[in-house]
Amino acid sequence: MSNNQQSVVTDKNNGVEESILQVRNLHKRFDISRGFLDSLQLKGGKISRKREYVHAINGVNLEVYKGEALCVVGESGCGKSTVARTIMGLLKPSEGEISFKGQRIDNLSNSQMLPFRRKMQMIFQNPYASLNPRKTITETLEEPVKFHNPRFSAAQVKDKVAEVMLSVGVDPNWGVRFPHEFSGGQRQRISIARALTVEPEFIVADEPISALDVSIQAQVLNLMMDTQQERNLTYLFITHDLAVVEHFGTRVAVMYLGTVCELAATKTLFSTPKHPYTQALMSAIPRLDAKNTAHIKLTGEVPTPINLPSGCVFHGRCPHANERCKIQIPALIVQNDGSQVACHAIEENRL
Amino acid sequence: MSFLEVKNLEVSFNLRGKSLKALQNISFDLERGERLGIVGESGAGKSVAAFAILNLISRPGKITAGEVLLDGQDLSKLSPQEMRKIRGNKVSMIFQDPMMTLNPVFTIGTQMIECLKAHRKISKSNAVKIAIQKLKLVQIPSPEMRMNQYPHELSGGMKQRIIIAIALLMDPALIIADEPTTALDVTIQAEIMALLLDLCESNNVALILITHDLGVVSQVTQKTIVMYAGRIIEQGPTNEIINDAQHPYTQGLINALPQQTLPGEKLNQIRGSMPSLQDIPSGCSFNPRCDFVLDICTKQRPEFTQSGGCSVACHMVKAMKDAEKGHSAYE
Amino acid sequence: MRDDTITTTAKNPSLLRRFKDSHLWHSLKKDKVAFASFLVFILFVSVAILAPVLAPFDPYDPSSIDIMDSELPPVWQEDSEAKFLLGTDAQGRDLLSTILYGMRTSLLIGICAVLLQCFLGVVVGLSAGYFGGRIDSFLMRIADIQLSFSTLMVAIVVLAVFQASFGAELYSKLAVFMLILVIGFAEWPQYARTVRASVLAEKHKEYVDAARVMGFTNSRIMLGHILPNTLSPLLVISTVQIANAIISEASLSFLGLGMPVSQPSLGSLISSGFEYIFSGSWWITAIPGLVLVVLVMVINLLGDWLRDVLNPKLYKD
Ligand SMILES: Nc1ncnc2c1ncn2[C@@H]1O[C@H](COP(=O)(O)OP(=O)(O)OP(=O)(O)O)[C@@H](O)[C@H]1O
Ligand SMILES: Nc1ncnc2c1ncn2[C@@H]1O[C@H](COP(=O)(O)OP(=O)(O)OP(=O)(O)O)[C@@H](O)[C@H]1O
Ligand code: SF4
Ligand code: SF4
Ligand SMILES: [Mg+2]
Ligand SMILES: [Mg+2]
Repeated sequence: MSNNQQSVVTDKNNGVEESILQVRNLHKRFDISRGFLDSLQLKGGKISRKREYVHAINGVNLEVYKGEALCVVGESGCGKSTVARTIMGLLKPSEGEISFKGQRIDNLSNSQMLPFRRKMQMIFQNPYASLNPRKTITETLEEPVKFHNPRFSAAQVKDKVAEVMLSVGVDPNWGVRFPHEFSGGQRQRISIARALTVEPEFIVADEPISALDVSIQAQVLNLMMDTQQERNLTYLFITHDLAVVEHFGTRVAVMYLGTVCELAATKTLFSTPKHPYTQALMSAIPRLDAKNTAHIKLTGEVPTPINLPSGCVFHGRCPHANERCKIQIPALIVQNDGSQVACHAIEENRL
Repeated sequence: MSFLEVKNLEVSFNLRGKSLKALQNISFDLERGERLGIVGESGAGKSVAAFAILNLISRPGKITAGEVLLDGQDLSKLSPQEMRKIRGNKVSMIFQDPMMTLNPVFTIGTQMIECLKAHRKISKSNAVKIAIQKLKLVQIPSPEMRMNQYPHELSGGMKQRIIIAIALLMDPALIIADEPTTALDVTIQAEIMALLLDLCESNNVALILITHDLGVVSQVTQKTIVMYAGRIIEQGPTNEIINDAQHPYTQGLINALPQQTLPGEKLNQIRGSMPSLQDIPSGCSFNPRCDFVLDICTKQRPEFTQSGGCSVACHMVKAMKDAEKGHSAYE
Repeated sequence: MRDDTITTTAKNPSLLRRFKDSHLWHSLKKDKVAFASFLVFILFVSVAILAPVLAPFDPYDPSSIDIMDSELPPVWQEDSEAKFLLGTDAQGRDLLSTILYGMRTSLLIGICAVLLQCFLGVVVGLSAGYFGGRIDSFLMRIADIQLSFSTLMVAIVVLAVFQASFGAELYSKLAVFMLILVIGFAEWPQYARTVRASVLAEKHKEYVDAARVMGFTNSRIMLGHILPNTLSPLLVISTVQIANAIISEASLSFLGLGMPVSQPSLGSLISSGFEYIFSGSWWITAIPGLVLVVLVMVINLLGDWLRDVLNPKLYKD
């Protein structure tokens, strides 16, 4: 039901926009049963195999518009990275569809996927692990250019790499060095350069700045904003730093336990957070000034993706939960200001 | 005598025959139950400082001067075996890179139980109980199942929480936490900080918190050290440093926070970047990036000046203080 | 893009340059024991390679051997002859030349057997670690089974059966190959396990994901990205394995299942001299024995040093 609704609705603040990526009803389960013998159990006189799953994503619908920066925020372990990795084809979805510019990409083989690899790239969280320690910077950057442009001459490859390096503020003469000779911020620039070598249209960035200190965060964020304008890039930007979201995001999707609970334009979200979880999240931002810890403290048992709660996944910790919340899964519903919220209390005007 | 006293600590790295000073002249002390924050840009030497306190500097690095007194015992003189005992029981370290604590080929449970058994005489079932209890403390849902998982099957933030749980296993008296919450969202970060805070207050545990998040520092710590290029450049009570930073570098760090600019605008980055150890500028090491640079800054290294409750190493601050003094003397 | 605007001046460092700049070379120069071992090892390898040039006699050439010269002691003893520096063996061969040639055979077998082990182990370990799941369990069970038979036992059975069924004649011709094959096959699981363990640790790192996102093929990722990062542990176990292979070969030869007396290795030399040790001709066994011990020892010392240097360092770099 909510699927159809979503694909028709476009962002009201911006009028009709061209969508570049669509995620429909995405589910991802990880089998975590250990060993064949351990998982056997006796049930009703019969031996059956009990399987345990982590329900990492449970029905996520997202649409990314061309030229925007869609930020994804949410609790640690709520499935943000899993969404990113499934979109990039690093994981196969258990259910659901992913389309890039109208073409389904989640069921493609490695070779069929190849043309899309040039258009979609990913920047990883950990600058210390995302560059191959045994390759020089030039080798790291030249490999994708050569691989995707087999006809390029050596000089063309070099030019391309030098151009990309300059555009991210990396001195081409550094190319002979190895990653461990660079600081975290420089490495993250190199990772961005690597993503840019194939001239993508869409970049998924999984917490690209959380391992960096503030001043370098600022450099990398500024760089990402510059390249967005210069190359007309679209970002799916995963982060847990709400200050960065406010600064960088066009729209924000808030996730909780594998579902999107609120999706709104950045301004709307920050001025009027609606979902109870979003409200708790907003109140927990550490502020410089206030020594106050007057944030909304989430009480109750932390829900687990291994035994997914029934109904609204947030009901165990929600101050506004009622009986309906325990039974029925709330759907994303469009509000007057264009935001979408999945909450019964909002729908029932209790909140 | 304080619980932890660090005096003139100096660490050098021997690279390609050259000896580079990664840490110089680090001195501070810490009481039981006190919470200290260390901030500074990447490469400032924060992690090296933490490693040095725990005598964990490995080749090609070496502690070349200074001492670290924990309850009067000089840690920098201990043998690796003696140090291992101290690290397990009295002091815990939460490493910046979770994979330094976690072994990718063993399950979380195995690693936690091994750790407990290595330091205590304890039955397996008891060890399991303690491990689960600690995992609950750091907000890991269904800890029983998570014990059977391998590190790569957990999200970034979960790994980070697990190493916090491992650090808490032994009920230490000093916790050194190197960027413990960088991969966590704000609600869980708030919970974990509250947990650490509570631990410090109720069990009188001392905490050294290394982070680049000034927000966290301002909420958790009482004292703050700002580091630049291997040296302390400003040191004092946290609220003074956050609200009334004296050193141009500290001011730059605070201004770079996204909260300090309007949404969509460029952030105020500090221009330039941290020098590498090979070419630390003479005089004040911050001088190529400083907006207030004076003539003397390129020639002479600034000494500490007392300003309010803070010590600041900056010529400009000293000049201003002197001017103030002169002024008041004149009146 | 015009190529006159942008030029990258610096060239990628060559392999030798990389080695010389590396931590490895510097710490080797500093560690006296390791450096001495390195020199001795290089010396041994070069004299072994240059044996045909350096050796005063050709022990494979029956015409140069005179049975009347047999069991002459080394020059520093009485009754010796100056042209036989280390004396002669029971057949009248010059011991120095025989040791040089023997070391050549021993090293050849050791190194080739280890190359074979390494090749098999890397292929199996890489595939098991990278693909995981069923492939992994299957390959690793095979490795376990292989490992549960000791090398010597397998070698003795195979070699004895071969000798019995095809005769000693053919065997002596194929001995080198047979030894390489047998020792190579018997010990690949060591490599497979080591490689698999490091592949498991490496494959979840983000640079591997980055390579997959780039669309690189599996074989490119395995060989070009993951394998180079598992080289350190491989290097460490290789030293141990070469030493082990040399010892295995020596033991087999000592038992009469290795190299024939006509093309001696260090092991068969020791073995052939053993009968004469009580008749006073101790040198025929003792000198090659000493060479073997020193050779194995320096390789092990180098291995220890490598393990220290390449030990996953506490620091992130
Ligand atoms: N390979 C895997 N095997 C089993 N479970 C997995 C695997 N990868 C992820 N998970 C589980 O999926 C859930 C979501 O993980 P994910 O990494 O997407 O979280 P996240 O939102 O990125 O969190 P964080 O902010 O902490 O990085 C977690 O419960 C995690 O344990
Ligand atoms: N093993 C090593 N070999 C050579 N140099 C090193 C080594 N370890 C650290 N350094 C150098 O010491 C300096 C301080 O590094 P350190 O890791 O302490 O920085 P940091 O303040 O913790 O930064 P970050 O915020 O990125 O963690 C850096 O210039 C670094 O290059
Ligand atoms: S649906 Fe119910 S439980 Fe869920 S957030 Fe809304 S009020 Fe709370
Ligand atoms: S000493 Fe000079 S250069 Fe250094 S921070 Fe102060 S004013 Fe700037
Ligand atoms: Mg993640
Ligand atoms: Mg650090």
